[in-house]
Amino acid sequence: MTTHEFPDADSAGVVRLDEGHHPGDGKMPAEFENPGLPPHVHRMADHDEAGAKRAERQVAGLFGLSMLGTIVAMVGYFAFSTEHRSWVPGLGHVSTTNLLLGIGIGLGLLGIGLGAVHWAKTLMPDEEVVEMRHPMRSSDEARAGFAEVMRDGGEKSQLFRRPLLKLSLGGAMGLFSLPLLVQLLGSLGPLPRNNLDVTFWDGHPHEGEDGKQHRTFEHPRLVTDPEGIPIKAADVTIGSVYHVLPAGLLPNADGEGGLEHGQLEEKAKAAVLLMRLDPTEFQDTPGGKKAKEWGHDGIVAYSKICTHVGCPVGLYERTTHHLLCPCHQSTFDVTDDCKVIFGPAKRPLPQLKITVDDEGYLIAAQPFQEAVGPSFWERG
Amino acid sequence: MSTADPIDSGRAADRLRAGDSRRPAPASGGSKALGGVAGWVDDRLGPAKGVNYLMKKVFPDHWSFMLGEIAMYSMIICLLTGTFLTFWFVPSAGHTTYDGSYIPLQGVQMSEAYASSLDISFDIKGGLLIRQMHHWAALMFIVALSAHMLRVFFTGAFRKPRELNWIIGCILSMLALVEGFAGYSLPDDLLSGTGLRAAQGFILSAPVIGSYMAYGLFGGDFPGEAIIPRLYGVHILLLPAILIGLFTAHIVMVAVQKHTQYPGPGRTNDNVVGFPVMPVYAAKAGGFFFIVFGFTALLAAFVQINSIWVYGPYDPSAVTAGSQPDWYMGFADGALRLLPGWLEFNIFGHPLSLNVAIGALFLIPIMYGAMAAYPFIEAWVTGDKREHHLLDRPRNQPTRTALGVAALTFYGVLMFAAGNDLMAIKLHMSINDITYFFRAGVFILPVLAFWVTRRICLSLQRSDRNMVLHGRESGRIVRTAEGKFFEAHEPLDEYTRWKLVGYERQAPLELTGGVDAHGVADRSSRGAKLRARLSQFYFGTHVDPVTPTELAAAHHDGHAHEAIEAAGESTHAGSH
Repeated sequence: MTTHEFPDADSAGVVRLDEGHHPGDGKMPAEFENPGLPPHVHRMADHDEAGAKRAERQVAGLFGLSMLGTIVAMVGYFAFSTEHRSWVPGLGHVSTTNLLLGIGIGLGLLGIGLGAVHWAKTLMPDEEVVEMRHPMRSSDEARAGFAEVMRDGGEKSQLFRRPLLKLSLGGAMGLFSLPLLVQLLGSLGPLPRNNLDVTFWDGHPHEGEDGKQHRTFEHPRLVTDPEGIPIKAADVTIGSVYHVLPAGLLPNADGEGGLEHGQLEEKAKAAVLLMRLDPTEFQDTPGGKKAKEWGHDGIVAYSKICTHVGCPVGLYERTTHHLLCPCHQSTFDVTDDCKVIFGPAKRPLPQLKITVDDEGYLIAAQPFQEAVGPSFWERG
Repeated sequence: MSTADPIDSGRAADRLRAGDSRRPAPASGGSKALGGVAGWVDDRLGPAKGVNYLMKKVFPDHWSFMLGEIAMYSMIICLLTGTFLTFWFVPSAGHTTYDGSYIPLQGVQMSEAYASSLDISFDIKGGLLIRQMHHWAALMFIVALSAHMLRVFFTGAFRKPRELNWIIGCILSMLALVEGFAGYSLPDDLLSGTGLRAAQGFILSAPVIGSYMAYGLFGGDFPGEAIIPRLYGVHILLLPAILIGLFTAHIVMVAVQKHTQYPGPGRTNDNVVGFPVMPVYAAKAGGFFFIVFGFTALLAAFVQINSIWVYGPYDPSAVTAGSQPDWYMGFADGALRLLPGWLEFNIFGHPLSLNVAIGALFLIPIMYGAMAAYPFIEAWVTGDKREHHLLDRPRNQPTRTALGVAALTFYGVLMFAAGNDLMAIKLHMSINDITYFFRAGVFILPVLAFWVTRRICLSLQRSDRNMVLHGRESGRIVRTAEGKFFEAHEPLDEYTRWKLVGYERQAPLELTGGVDAHGVADRSSRGAKLRARLSQFYFGTHVDPVTPTELAAAHHDGHAHEAIEAAGESTHAGSH
C-alpha cells in the first residue's frame, strides 16, 4: 500500500541501513502486509434466541421509558403553576413545572435514542461491510468534455470574438453592487463627528448647523448615581468613594428633570468616581501635584470609563488608592493622577477638575480636557 | 456500484471473512416493490435511485467520529429551541418598566429585550427550560466542533482530498464564535451589555476607520437603540443561514468523498469498512441525535446557566467583579488581559492601540488563517500529492502532533489568562504575578509542549516497536535448564500487529544540489532549501515500523534487548 513519492527515498540513501532500519534482504517482504479483516465474533443474540428475545425486551423497555417521560412532562406542564416551587437536594427551590418538563422531555428523548442504539448494537447486523473507494478525480474524458462544453459555450455566445461585450459586461457586473454597498454602509449610522470628545459635563447637547454637537458649559454640580443628590464637600469623608454624574442627566432626588433621550449614551461617557484622600498621600510627582491641584482639599474626580476598552472601573482599594477595572485588570494609581501601574491600559483616567460653589456643593470647574474612554484614531 | 471482484480476490485486506455478508448488505428497501406513497412520489420525482445509493452507503465506526455528530445535533437543537425563543423575545432596546413576577426587579427601568428575557425565564411556562437548553446546546456546539476539529487535525484527516472541507470547517468554527457572542449579547443584562461595551472599544481601536465602524455598527453613540435589533437579525437570520449552508456543503462533501477510517486489519486507502446507513447507521446516528437532545434537556433541567436576573439590566456605569465571557471567547479576552499597555503607540498624532487591536481584531483572523493554511503548508513540506483516506495515529506523526499540542497550549494559556482574576481570588495569589506568569507562558509553554509531545510520540512509537518485536509480557517466569530465569513473551497475532506496523516510513527530503552545473549557486534553490529544512524539522527524527526481517531477527535473538534498542530511533544530523 505504500508507494513513496519522496524522490528516490531508498536509492539516495535517505534512510541508511546502518541506522537500524532493515528494508529486507530479498527473501522477506520489505514491509508487513495487511492481513485483512479479523475473524468475526458473533453476539449472544445472533445464535441464542433467548438472548435475542432479551435484547428485544430491553429495547422495548427503553421505548416504554420514553413514553413514561412524555407523561411526566405533560404532568409537569399542566399540574403546576409557574410559581410552584419544589425543594430538590443540591438545587434548592426550583420551579416544579420547569424541572418536571425538563426531566420528562429528557427521558422522552433519551428513551428513544438509547433504545435505537441498543437495537442497532444487539439485533441489527454487526458484520462490517466493505465498500470500495474510487479516486476523486474525474476521468480524463470527462475533464476534456467539460473544457469542451465551456469553450463551445464561449464561442457560440461570441464572447471571445466581441471584446466590447466582454468589457461592458465586466464593467456592469463590477459596478452594480456599488450602490447597494453604499446604501448599506452609508446609512448604518451617523458620522462620529465630535461625539466621542464631549460629555455631559460640557453641558446639554444640541446640534449645531455644522452637524457637530454644541454644548454650553455651566459648572454642573456633582450628584450621586443613581439618587441624583448633590454632594457637599464637607460631607465627603477621607477614604470614601462616590459614583457621580453631572446634575441634570438623571432625575434629581425629587424625581424631576433628567434627560428624556440619550440617558444611557450620556451616562456611558459622563460617569465619574469621586474619592477623598488625605492631601499628604498624593505623590510628589508632576502628576500627583496636578491631581491635588485639580481636586478640592484632597477630593478628586476621575472618569470611571476605562481607557482600555471602556468598562466601568468599578473597584477601589481604599488602602492603596488603586482603581482596578474588573474586565481586564488595568490598575490606576489615584495618588499619581491615575497613572496606569498594571494591566493592558496605556493612558491614565482623565481627571475632572472640581471646585465648590457658594453653598459648598462640589461643581465641575471645567469639562474633561480630553476624550474619555478607549482610544480611537481621531483622539490625537 | 459493482465492486464484487476486489472483495473476493486480490489482496488479503480487501477480502471478506467467511460468514460476512456479501455486499450489498441491506437490500430490503431496494428489492421490495415500491407501493403506496413512496410509489406515488417515485412516479413523479424518481428518488428511488439516489436514495437507494445513499441508504447503502458505508460509514466506518469509531467513537471519535461522533464528535462531529454532537456538533451537528447541538446546532439542530439550537435552531429548534431558538425558534421557540423568537416567539417571546422582544429584540428592542426601547425602555420599559418591569412588572413581571420576579419581585426584586419590579418597577425597575430596563430595555424591552431584558424584560422579555425575564418573562421567558419566569412567566412563560417552560420558557426557562427552553432558554437554558438553547444556551447549553450553544456551548456544547462549540465544544463539540472544537473537539471534532482537533480529531481531524491530529489524525491528518485534513489531507488531500479533504482540504476544502477543512477550510469550510474552519469558517464554520469561526462563525460559531460570532453567532455565540451575538446571542450572548441579546438579553441586554449587565453582563452582556458589558461585553458589548468592550466590543465597541475593540472596534474603536481599528486604525483610521475605528470610530466610523463603531458608529455604523451601533447606529451612533454607545449603547444606542440599534445594536439589539441588529444583532438579532444577524443572530437569527444571517449567521444561521450561512451556518446551515456551509454545514450542508460540509456533510455533502463527507458523503461524496466517503468518510476516512482508522488504519487496521482489512482497512486500506482504497476501501471503507463499516456499517451501511440502512439500517445500522440510521438507528445509531438517529438514536444518537435523541441522546444528545435528551442529555441537553436534562442538563437544562438540572444545571442553571446564565442567570440573567441576578445581573440586572444593563447600565453603562455599573459592572460586576469577575466579568467573564462565555468559554469560547475566553482566549480572546485572555489575550486582551495579557497584552501590555505599552503596545499603544502614537503615530503622526494618532493613537495606534495595538494593546487592544492585536487581541480583539487580529487574533481570531490570524488564528483561523493559520489553521486553514496548515494542510497546504504540510503538503508542500512533505511533497505528498496522494489522496489519503486512512487516518494517522497521532503518535505516528510526531511533529504534526507536537505542533497541534503547541497551538493548543498557546490557546489554553490565553484561555486561562481570562480567568486570572478568579484565580487570584480563589488561590489567594497576586493577580500581577499570575498575569506575569501567563505573559511568559504564552511564549514558553507552547515550545515546551512541542518538545514534550514529540518526545512522547517517539517513545510511544518505540514502545510499539518493542511490543511487535517481543510480544506481550505474559507474566509467566520460565526457568531454563541452566538455571536462568526469563519472562515468557507472547507474540502478537497478525491483526494486532498490523495496527502497530501498518504505517508509512518517514524520511526527510534532501537537497539535490543548490548549485548548478557550473558551480554557481542556484537561485531557485532557496525555496528548495527552506523546504528541505522544514522537511528535516518534520521527519529528521523518526521511528520506523518494524519490518518482517527485523521481527525474524528478534525471534532469532530470543530475548535479547539489544536488537530493539539499536533499531529504535534514527536521527539525522542537527535535529533533536
